[in-house]
Amino acid sequence: MTKLAPVLSAHWDEKDSFTLEGYKRHGGYTASAKALAMDPDAVIQLVKDSGLRGRGGAGFPTGMKWGFIPQGDNKDHYLVVNADESEPGTCKDTPLLMANPHVLIEGCIIACHAIRAKHAFIYIRGEVTHVVRRVNQAIADAYAAGILGNGIDVVLHIGAGAYICGEETALLDSLEGFRGQPRLRPPFPAIAGLYARPTVVNNVESIASVPAIIKNGAEWYQSMGTEKSKGTTLYSLSGHVVNPGQFEAPLGITLREILDLAGGVRPGHKLKFWTPGGSSTPLFTDAHLDIPLDYEGVAAAGSMLGTKALQIFDETTCVVRAVLRWTEFYKHESCGKCTPCREGTWWLVQILRDLEAGKGTEADLAKLLDLCDNIMGRSFCALGDGATSPITSSIKYFREEYIAHLTNGACPFDPVASTLFAGAGA
Amino acid sequence: MAYSQEDVQIMESIIKRYPRPRSAIMPLLHYVQSKAGYVTNEGIEAIAKILQLEAAEVTAVSTFYTQYKPTPVGEYHVGVCTNTLCAVMGGDAIFASLKDHLGIENDEVTADGKVSLEHIECNAACDYAPVVMANWEFYDNQTVESAKDLVDSMRAGNPKPPTRGPNKLVTWKEASAVLAGLNDGLAHEGVQAGEPTLLGLKLSKEGK
Repeated sequence: MTKLAPVLSAHWDEKDSFTLEGYKRHGGYTASAKALAMDPDAVIQLVKDSGLRGRGGAGFPTGMKWGFIPQGDNKDHYLVVNADESEPGTCKDTPLLMANPHVLIEGCIIACHAIRAKHAFIYIRGEVTHVVRRVNQAIADAYAAGILGNGIDVVLHIGAGAYICGEETALLDSLEGFRGQPRLRPPFPAIAGLYARPTVVNNVESIASVPAIIKNGAEWYQSMGTEKSKGTTLYSLSGHVVNPGQFEAPLGITLREILDLAGGVRPGHKLKFWTPGGSSTPLFTDAHLDIPLDYEGVAAAGSMLGTKALQIFDETTCVVRAVLRWTEFYKHESCGKCTPCREGTWWLVQILRDLEAGKGTEADLAKLLDLCDNIMGRSFCALGDGATSPITSSIKYFREEYIAHLTNGACPFDPVASTLFAGAGA
Repeated sequence: MAYSQEDVQIMESIIKRYPRPRSAIMPLLHYVQSKAGYVTNEGIEAIAKILQLEAAEVTAVSTFYTQYKPTPVGEYHVGVCTNTLCAVMGGDAIFASLKDHLGIENDEVTADGKVSLEHIECNAACDYAPVVMANWEFYDNQTVESAKDLVDSMRAGNPKPPTRGPNKLVTWKEASAVLAGLNDGLAHEGVQAGEPTLLGLKLSKEGK
């Protein structure tokens, strides 16, 4: 019995899966037709009943988010789709949109109907030229076919290289034409979002999951997954494995099961550490292979399901080097608005660079943890919080390795050994 | 450079996508980049004028986002992912060898103006690591040798096509127009998905 359950990915292996014709071949746009004939509140209820939760990292119930939009307020409402996929390790929305942009458009129509919005914006990151082409063409084809433009408009907005714009309020500022910096909440976007109007911000995978739920019903979706984490989702496996890739499975599958399907860690090597949901989620080790990868299971083990970005590192990888590189990323991407994040990530990098070069002292580890403590929870958004995750978790599990850099006076690892082409004459 | 009547019409059509004009500032910046290859002062002025903003307000936005370039880049702008996973898998080695091979540093352009180099952050293709981007098109599963071959092909004026992208690599200016939301008619070209994207689906069809 297969552990996989392709729903979103069910037809990605058809050459024309990204075209309107390819999408319609498997009942594309029948779910939106069905939803448009329903009372909007009934659509919200159905999505609530399905148990669908946000696939962008936080796991907030999608139907409940839609239900927060005030009704009868005589204001414009907006749907904004977060396609700014940039969390290190995360690579699910990008292939989804390349292979099937129409499922997102259909999801937008359904969501707009439910929250009484006439306008949806898809905010896609700017570093994916061909994905931009595919989504733009799909929108044009949907207009030409009369699917869009009859009361619901979808606009593609293309970003320009800023991780912070994946944070929903920074995304809204960016979409309004400003520097992408987070807003203080409350008010939440449901009350004052885009142009200070009630706005739902959902991840690509969340919205793309909706058409199948409308088509097959809440009970069908409920039948997959675990008690509080329903349905299927895309797990993205990368790193030191034999066969990396996308694995769509019911929530609750374990890394051991996914690794079995992927042929395991590369031959002759063993798992050292991994992220369950991108670099902002605390690291796991080989002690966590059997944790159910659902929202509750991962949280109970001290991390977060996040974006289900399973980055696998084997024993050749220096954890200090890995953490330093992620920390440099957070420093670079900090928008500078809040002092603890702007200054804190700068200091984290200084200390980690010394440690990686074997130049620090053991007291620097305490200093790192103290800095993390002063960054965590002290800024408008979670970027700074995310920056602390790899540091605190790596010190928790690999303190000796940090110390070994100091006693050795240098990094004890050979970076060549961890490359994909190690030993291949590169 | 001066903007033609046609350019202004395109800029106005970009503004019409949005309920409020200021929202068009980002696609307009991509658009002026498609004309000059980078964000020129003239481009900033043109956007400020059409949106009725101060030039400083447009500059403030332009300088926030790394894809808007304040100086010219190459006809082919090459980005090597050196975020943790790609770096460990070979991205660091690829970036170092390209710098050496091209004789340029990060954020520099070759003397012939063909190739520029930048180390980039995670580009959402980790299952294809190590990843190299050119004009923001995917070049998957790169090695030191394949990346050198790629930049050589660019300098020879016949760049290798992307792994998941159109049949032919477009220029930096052409790609910038796509990022301004203009349709270049190439969406149908290239694969719908690479092998890693399809792995789970394939295994499930095999009953695994």
